[in-house]
Amino acid sequence: MLDLTWLLIAVPLASAFVLLLAGKRSNGWGHWLGVAASGTAFVVGLLAFLQMLGLDSHDRAHSVHLFEWINTGELNLSAGLLVDPLSLTFVLLVTFVGTLIHIYAVGYMEHDPDRRRFFAYLNLFIAAMLVLVLADSYLLLFVGWEGVGLASYLLIGFWNYRNDYATAANKAFVVNRIGDLGLIFALGLMFTAFGGVDFATVFAGAESASTATLTGIGLALLLAACGKSAQFPLQSWLGDAMAGPTPVSALIHAATMVTAGVYLIVRSAAVFEGAPNAQLVVAIVGAVTLLFGAIVGMAKDDIKKALAASTMSQIGYMMLAAGLGPIGYAFAIFHLVTHGFFKAGMFLGAGSVMHGMKDQVDMRRFGALRTAMVVTWVTFGLGWLAILGVPPFAGFFSKDKIIEAAFVGHGWQPWVFGLTALIGAGLTAFYMSRLFFMTFHGEARWEDGQHPHESPAIMTVPMIVLAVGSAFLGLILATGDRFYTWLEPVTGHAEHGDPVLPIPVIMATTLVLVAIGAGFAWLKYGRADVPLTAPAASLGTIAARNDLFQDSVNRAVFERPGTHLTRTLVYADAAVIDGAVNGTGGGVAKTGEAVRGLQTGKSRSYALLMLVGTLVVAFFAMLGGK
Amino acid sequence: MSPVAFVYLACVLFAIGSAAVLLRRNAIVAFMGVELMLNAANLAFVGFSRLHGSVDGQVMAFFVMVVAAAEVVVGLAIIVAIFRARQTVSLDEPSELKG
Repeated sequence: MLDLTWLLIAVPLASAFVLLLAGKRSNGWGHWLGVAASGTAFVVGLLAFLQMLGLDSHDRAHSVHLFEWINTGELNLSAGLLVDPLSLTFVLLVTFVGTLIHIYAVGYMEHDPDRRRFFAYLNLFIAAMLVLVLADSYLLLFVGWEGVGLASYLLIGFWNYRNDYATAANKAFVVNRIGDLGLIFALGLMFTAFGGVDFATVFAGAESASTATLTGIGLALLLAACGKSAQFPLQSWLGDAMAGPTPVSALIHAATMVTAGVYLIVRSAAVFEGAPNAQLVVAIVGAVTLLFGAIVGMAKDDIKKALAASTMSQIGYMMLAAGLGPIGYAFAIFHLVTHGFFKAGMFLGAGSVMHGMKDQVDMRRFGALRTAMVVTWVTFGLGWLAILGVPPFAGFFSKDKIIEAAFVGHGWQPWVFGLTALIGAGLTAFYMSRLFFMTFHGEARWEDGQHPHESPAIMTVPMIVLAVGSAFLGLILATGDRFYTWLEPVTGHAEHGDPVLPIPVIMATTLVLVAIGAGFAWLKYGRADVPLTAPAASLGTIAARNDLFQDSVNRAVFERPGTHLTRTLVYADAAVIDGAVNGTGGGVAKTGEAVRGLQTGKSRSYALLMLVGTLVVAFFAMLGGK
Repeated sequence: MSPVAFVYLACVLFAIGSAAVLLRRNAIVAFMGVELMLNAANLAFVGFSRLHGSVDGQVMAFFVMVVAAAEVVVGLAIIVAIFRARQTVSLDEPSELKG
């Protein structure tokens, strides 16, 4: 089965091509083909997983050679897949959550005339994401990396007849491009330093490479990860990416694609081991983003944008964990998996709410939906408890581990990272509870003519499955350290050092902060009335509502100087380069104009000129002869 | 008679020929001027031949005569063609080559 893992990529890719090429003919059955392709990929992944469980932990890295890809003098690279616990974890997450979201989208997109195209793009995304996680070289990973970027762009701009949506798609594409530049730099550095870009060569070379080289590669990889995972300072595209249909937000911009950066960092563990400074920067980026996302999430009234800010913040946790080194890798991936479940579940819940509220996204116009949408309320509630980290739900096992790991270390780092993670947990509790209470509790603040109703079963069943996952996955996987043992062949066995504070103290503090955050949200948004328009607020709240002015900063720091730079260059090009070229041409033309007067057409004047010329030549010949 | 006199005569004939080419409008007369110039050159060749006591100049004169014969054929043909097209042999009339 492990040798057939190429089917994982081939099936969704073939389905995407069929759907795109068959055109309107497949409108009637296209969405089911999409679901079937994704489902097949999941079954293949599951069989591969079961086979791998039967193997000894030393043999749990299986290479599949596909074909000779690049064959030049210096660089010889074959395209191949690396099936190991880490990639299989992603395969299962992507295909399982992906299939559920495919099913959900059949209902969600039912009235959309372009539903077939939507499924084609979703299949394309699944195929590209699987290339990304299964690749056995950075170059093939880059192919998948670009593929998911393309799918993300196409899906954010799926309703591109709306100008702002098309702009959002462009924004995501451009910001991602900056990150991609990092990956290209990393590829170049790896090739120069190690003479190859496949994982085996790079990881083997990393052991003896200089710290400076590894730091360079690490920082370039971090830039790539920041772009894809919406980490500070490349976070600005994720909020706007919510322009895409909600299933897209759930699958690509919450559960899978945005976590590719974390995958990249964890996969490149060997590089970061030799570059402690780059690793520290990873942790700092994670810590900054987790606060950034949480602060933005506290002020957003758009339910999807609040969830997007939360995604950013949670990926910040994963980055922080990945930046802590070997003790954090497994926790980062664990949180990634549980987050994939509960966040996708909550996004689907938000989609269900929008479905019943005529695409309303302003939480100030929700309220009291728990009676109208019982299934959505319960499933969303389970996701909410999971992200809060309430025991025994999934987030408790994954997030608390990260907080504990953040407190391990020497010097200032455990205090800064640990306290950041701790405060982040409190903020998370506040903004998620705010979102939950504003949507499902309190008074009904619906617009006239709104009759919220529960979504059809085809949408609620995936939500229920994800909610069950949110509730029990953490408990199942964390019991007996199952998940960590499973990942050990990749992440290595790490000695868990002791945190600077006793573990029970950390855990208790976390829970107290969570309770305070949730309680405060209940007082403000559950029990009290929520005004229909956002009230005047302090400077901090205004900043948070405006994404901490990320767009203004980007405009002032990058866009304006960039525009000026290009204008100057264009001017220099026109004045200097073109000036020289055109000047030469113009000079020749002017000379021609002046000289053409001699060309009278009178043969006698030519004869005279000829005679004079001959005489002049004869004169100089005589001078020379002397 | 000194052979230098032939060179002087050649110079005079060349000057007359070039004056005819430059000053006369009639193409036939200008053409005759060209012939005169060619023959002035021939005379100079022959004169120098005598002066130096070699036959190179005389051989060259024969070449010039052969070329001149061919040139006459082409030149007269052009003049006739122009006359047929324009009913004139004035040199100032055609100015299609004006730049």
